[in-house]
Amino acid sequence: MNFDNVFGIHERALELRSQRAEVLSANLANADTPGYKARDFDFNAVLKREMNGSVRLTTTDPAHIQTEVGPVPPAQLLYRTVSQPSLDGNSVDTEREHAAFASNAIEYQATLSFINSKISGLRKALKGE
Amino acid sequence: MSIFNIFDTAASGMSAQSMRLNLVASNMANADAVSSSIDETYRARQPVFQAMLDELNPDGGATGVRMVGVVESQAPLIQEYAPDHPLANEEGYIFRPNVNSVEEMANMLSASRTYQSNVEVANAAKQLLLATLRMGQ
Repeated sequence: MNFDNVFGIHERALELRSQRAEVLSANLANADTPGYKARDFDFNAVLKREMNGSVRLTTTDPAHIQTEVGPVPPAQLLYRTVSQPSLDGNSVDTEREHAAFASNAIEYQATLSFINSKISGLRKALKGE
Repeated sequence: MSIFNIFDTAASGMSAQSMRLNLVASNMANADAVSSSIDETYRARQPVFQAMLDELNPDGGATGVRMVGVVESQAPLIQEYAPDHPLANEEGYIFRPNVNSVEEMANMLSASRTYQSNVEVANAAKQLLLATLRMGQ
């Protein structure tokens, strides 16, 4: 059994959820900044891309250290479609951002509980009781 | 760990909004500060916000917000004929600041709402971090 991959997709998912929380919190902080465009990324698309390994560093030796998940590439960081344009060019819809932030936080906790149950399962297996 | 960055982002939002509230308070306090010349009269002040970008990754998301300056309103001052006023000039005019109190009230509400939403974001981030710290227990 390889302990490197014990958490599977959840390790990456947790990292991406926290990055998405960061992007959404920047939108909320800039709710009154003229000309600011709200940003977000498609969690599923980015996660799929990460899991395919297309953004990993090329290593020439098995002893090379593989990179962690890097920042979400700018090409994946999209601009939100404006539902109601404002005169100052700001495209942050506070309510939508709040809803997105809240659901992302719940999903983060869901990922955490997957990891927690994985840990407790492993513990049980190790103790062999 | 990017959840930690949320605290910085939310704090930058709170500090920008509290400076905006400060300016609103200053505008409201000076709304009736009359003077005898156009140059000396108080003018309504408004903050200028700008998104903070990561210098190493300028195409990436913003990392917060900052106040880059304060602009004075260019709206015309209110000129009033009041020869009995102690501050009246030779022609008997006084000048009132161009503070629009209705606008300032709306500004104040908007600032406090945005401040609150930043506080909520910081609280949510704190809960997520605490849950992460308890991982595996």
